[in-house]
Amino acid sequence: MTTYHVLSQFAQTGGLIYFMLLFAAVAIYALRPRNSAKFERAARLPLAED
Amino acid sequence: MAARAHVKYMTEGEGGLSAALLAGVLVCLFAAARAEDAAFAFHAYLSAAASLGGLMLVLSHFAGRDASPVPQEVNGKPNYNLGPVKFAVIASVVWGIAGFLVGVIIAFQLWAPELNFGLPFTNFGRLRPLHTSAVIFAFGGNVLIGTSFYVVQRTCRARLAGELAPWFVVLGYNFFIVLAGTGYLLGVTQSKEYAEPEWYADLWLTIVWVVYLLVFLGTIWKRKEPHIFVANWFYLAFIVTIAMLHIVNNLAMPVSVFGSKSYPIFSGVQDALIQWWYGHNAVGFFLTAGFLAIMYYFIPKRAERPVYSYRLSIIHFWALIFMYIWAGPHHLHYTALPDWAQTLGMTFSIMLWMPSWGGMINGLMTLSGAWDKLRTDPVLRMMVVSLAFYGMSTFEGPMMSIKAVNSLSHYTDWTIGHVHSGALGWVAYVSFGALYCLVPWLWNRPRLYSLKLVEWHFWVSTLGIVLYITSMWVAGIMQGLMWRAYNALGFLEYSFIETVEAMQPYYLVRALGGVLFLTGALIMAFNLYMTVRGSEAEEEEQVPVLAPAPAPLPIAAE
Amino acid sequence: MAATQTGLWKKHEFFEKNSIVLLIGTLIVVAIGGLIEIVPLFYLKSTVEKVEGMRPYTPLELAGRNIYIREGCYLCHSQMIRSMRDEVERYGHFSLAAESMYDHPFQWGSKRTGPDLARVGGKYSDEWHRDHLKDPKSVVPTSIMPSYAFLDRELDFRGIAADLKANRAIGVPYTDDMVESARADLLAQASPDSPGVEELQKRYPKAVARDFDGDPKRVTELDALIAYLQMLGTLVDFKLYDGKAQDNLR
Repeated sequence: MTTYHVLSQFAQTGGLIYFMLLFAAVAIYALRPRNSAKFERAARLPLAED
Repeated sequence: MAARAHVKYMTEGEGGLSAALLAGVLVCLFAAARAEDAAFAFHAYLSAAASLGGLMLVLSHFAGRDASPVPQEVNGKPNYNLGPVKFAVIASVVWGIAGFLVGVIIAFQLWAPELNFGLPFTNFGRLRPLHTSAVIFAFGGNVLIGTSFYVVQRTCRARLAGELAPWFVVLGYNFFIVLAGTGYLLGVTQSKEYAEPEWYADLWLTIVWVVYLLVFLGTIWKRKEPHIFVANWFYLAFIVTIAMLHIVNNLAMPVSVFGSKSYPIFSGVQDALIQWWYGHNAVGFFLTAGFLAIMYYFIPKRAERPVYSYRLSIIHFWALIFMYIWAGPHHLHYTALPDWAQTLGMTFSIMLWMPSWGGMINGLMTLSGAWDKLRTDPVLRMMVVSLAFYGMSTFEGPMMSIKAVNSLSHYTDWTIGHVHSGALGWVAYVSFGALYCLVPWLWNRPRLYSLKLVEWHFWVSTLGIVLYITSMWVAGIMQGLMWRAYNALGFLEYSFIETVEAMQPYYLVRALGGVLFLTGALIMAFNLYMTVRGSEAEEEEQVPVLAPAPAPLPIAAE
Repeated sequence: MAATQTGLWKKHEFFEKNSIVLLIGTLIVVAIGGLIEIVPLFYLKSTVEKVEGMRPYTPLELAGRNIYIREGCYLCHSQMIRSMRDEVERYGHFSLAAESMYDHPFQWGSKRTGPDLARVGGKYSDEWHRDHLKDPKSVVPTSIMPSYAFLDRELDFRGIAADLKANRAIGVPYTDDMVESARADLLAQASPDSPGVEELQKRYPKAVARDFDGDPKRVTELDALIAYLQMLGTLVDFKLYDGKAQDNLR
């Protein structure tokens, strides 16, 4: 039982932190104003002719 | 270099591949001679023949090509390599029809067991993996490889990496399909659903898959665009994750290196979890991530609108791959799998609803400003309806992963209905849309042979899907309720066979739905064939295809 | 980013940064999910209960199991009784993880077009199984199961010792004795009057030796498959199993 408790404790806290950090990193990358011009262009990438 | 241009040398790739294929012929013949069972001998001979065929292809390619390397650009424009894409497109149509046909056959077998004919290789148990592999890996796989090779070139503005490597991927992958399919008919299977092929086929697929990854990455490395387009993210995640899942789930101990039988190294509960970790992520990364990549390229292209929110697409990507990987245990609710794993799987499955719908909304809203096209362009309509089905099945899925719902739905035909609303409605429809776009682009035709026939395809197969999923809902829920029904005295109300009898009318309706879906696919095959031939049906209101290539001279080229 | 070289191997910017970040990021995200979910199953002792009676399959049962797999029986029959009232009443005690600890691969199944088979052993006679496999409608008139009459053919068991060895290599406790006697044990189990039966039962407790296919002259695939079906769920004695024991709570 103890191994189980230790592991589940670790997984629950660790998992929460991991998930939040990952989400924050992705959200920052996606919403950062500096990237907006890049994404504007990328959104039109399929339409560009060559 | 220019001075030596008239002397033709083999490239490292040509030389190396020739040597490898020659070695392949010899190894396979040796294995065939030592084979311990007939199926293995057959596959060894087949592999020897395929290696020999491959060797001849490499040599004739060398004999037929120019001394100088293929130019990366022609007139300042990328010299796209479309041959492997064309092959994959044709293969996907052919395998698709074969897979749908086998599906129809086994659907009728459940209604009329006499159709099993009592022969080993026509029995349901051997045809069912043939159906699932043919539609998922042969049809879906070729669509994914074909579209990924097309999209990565276009969005990187670069020619595919390697000259022989892309062909090796396409032909090698289809040879894997042949090994797998013939194996099923001969009873060669590991019994792990969607991972049935035996150890030697798995090894072969691993080699092909690594080359696929290298070709894809190599093309990205050559790109002229600074940013990697999001569709390529999805393709890359699909390729990498499938590699990981495939290798782990297929770890096995062959009884003999000259025999087809192997025993998976995991057992019991661990084997079950690894199998469904694989199985559900085959859905998540093969049937979802890969086809979302198709959505992110083909829908904007066809609608002539930019991706609705590129930011959302990034969040969509990371959230989706993060959550999907955990969802597998929902296939094992109330089993001997520990509770903590079941709960974990259920939690992430429910959360998965959010990124799924985020992606769907992103795809749908890409049409904003172009909704009127749904009225005039049946190809676009097909892709948009595929998103609607995607939304429906990604709502149904999380719901079925809730333990209380799952206790009713598990083991029943409800699951089968759920799978098919995703497979027919989402995967197949978005694939059909991509095929309808690709064929005129690849063969330089101004438009499809007939948009009327696309309309027919759309309506016939939509009716088929509706029959299929509604009959399976009714059948599955009824089955689940009958299994747990008690009479007034507190005994189980129905014997098992009574619940089987109750399914019969629904099995017939399902099979007829399948026939309609197959009919639609045949209409598509005819339409695409006529398009490649360069015919055009006389129709009013033709909507020209948005050819991405430098505007081809209509027909005059012929 | 532009590259004019032709060969993949001549590239200078072999590891282009963005794509590698994407690749590694994806791998990390998917690998962590898998590891956290799967690895504890191998290390938590509570995953597999402690039970009395589990033993490896006899050679004949293993051969039968391989036929079960070959014919895709798992596509319509589960071997996993869930812990729900109706299932326990219909099929018997819910399945324990321990009961499939020697199953490479597991056969829990995902669909019940036919009934669960986790505890089918001993529920029907050999004769019933024979008739049912050859012509399911002869015993269950509305059955939709295909006919498996073609299983009435010689069993190929030349390589059975190698099968045991392969299983041993991945953790099934087959002894040297079992591997050496694999062929003899297989033959003995299909011919009840042979002197080898006692030896067989010493090596494999509770193994039942019978002429499963009703044809004493031959060892057929039917023999093997019925031997397998008749042992399913019979090994653990649930009168002795304490589901509330500390070790078995999960």
